[in-house]
Amino acid sequence: MKTLKTFFACLAVVMLSSFNSTGVGNGYEVGDIATDFNLKNIDGKMVSLANYKDAKGFIVIFTCNTCPYAVAYEDRIVELDKKYASKGYPVIAIMPNNTDVKPGDNMEAMKKRAKEKGFTFPYLMDEGQKIYPQYGATKTPHVYLLQKTKKGNVVKYIGAIDDNYQDADAVKTKYVENAVDALLSGKEIKETETRAIGCTIKV
Amino acid sequence: MRIATAILIFVLVSCKNDVKSKDDLVKLKTEVQQNELEIYDYEGLKPYLNTSSEKTYVVNFWATWCAPCVKELPYFEQLNTDYSDKNVEVILVSLDFPKKYETTLKPYIKDKKIKSKVIALNDTDSNSWIPQISEEWSGAIPATLIYNKDKRQFYERTFTYDELETEVKQFLN
Repeated sequence: MKTLKTFFACLAVVMLSSFNSTGVGNGYEVGDIATDFNLKNIDGKMVSLANYKDAKGFIVIFTCNTCPYAVAYEDRIVELDKKYASKGYPVIAIMPNNTDVKPGDNMEAMKKRAKEKGFTFPYLMDEGQKIYPQYGATKTPHVYLLQKTKKGNVVKYIGAIDDNYQDADAVKTKYVENAVDALLSGKEIKETETRAIGCTIKV
Repeated sequence: MRIATAILIFVLVSCKNDVKSKDDLVKLKTEVQQNELEIYDYEGLKPYLNTSSEKTYVVNFWATWCAPCVKELPYFEQLNTDYSDKNVEVILVSLDFPKKYETTLKPYIKDKKIKSKVIALNDTDSNSWIPQISEEWSGAIPATLIYNKDKRQFYERTFTYDELETEVKQFLN
């Protein structure tokens, strides 16, 4: 009986620690169907992926004002939208942080930042923090490239924007651009998952 | 280190008519060390991620701009002090941007009187080295690696002192 108890205690610990240890393993993997959402944009309107009738897919980016890594990518996110929105892959930015913890990411701050940087894309608040856990985002910035299909929006790429957070001019591989280009030309995406340092999403 | 030695020799030579006490020299040496920051790419960091010795290493990945990192930093400092006689060493790997080394990181280390070893990791190709540190790591910080020659465990999470102590104890026999 005692052994059995010990066994279950160990099992519980193992299970708990496997849930606890990391964000990897939860959320979407490449090939999964991503959920749509209905989130408030900085202009006060609600935005859903379903609103985009003509889109071929979406570059969904979890990002925020307060993370230096996210800030380092702002200009590059604007460039992504300029380059790919007209080709059917608009950027949809989602701010996942709890704004009680990070007031610098509240709606007013988001509006201000978007204006300063000239965001050409929706910058949505993940109100109640319901969406980012479904995607499995663990940090900002964190990209999910989706392709619209009859079955839904299929996750085609997860990860970083490129391979140099410090210097846009020193980038060797543009992961997201390569992935979108591959989708546009009907080719296979070479790197479907990459990793980068980022700020934990504040809960 | 070489610079520190050179300065020491210089001080020794230039002060031969005005011999300073040993304490002064030790103080000077400490100041020199504090002002130097070891900066590595991943290849340079690698030797700090493996050991064949009896020591247990607690490697914390942090940055001065990362609020949860800064919050738990005192616990790592405390661990380094409390467990130094148990063959445990804390290494703080900063992921601050290089342009912040002088303006933010070094002043932070000095102001907070950080005693643990601090290394700045400057390697932009994170997609190549993050999985080498741990397959489990999504890239979010804070993150911590605890290892000795027999065992290693990675944590993408924050710690309280008690939680940290509990984990480290599992590495000590």
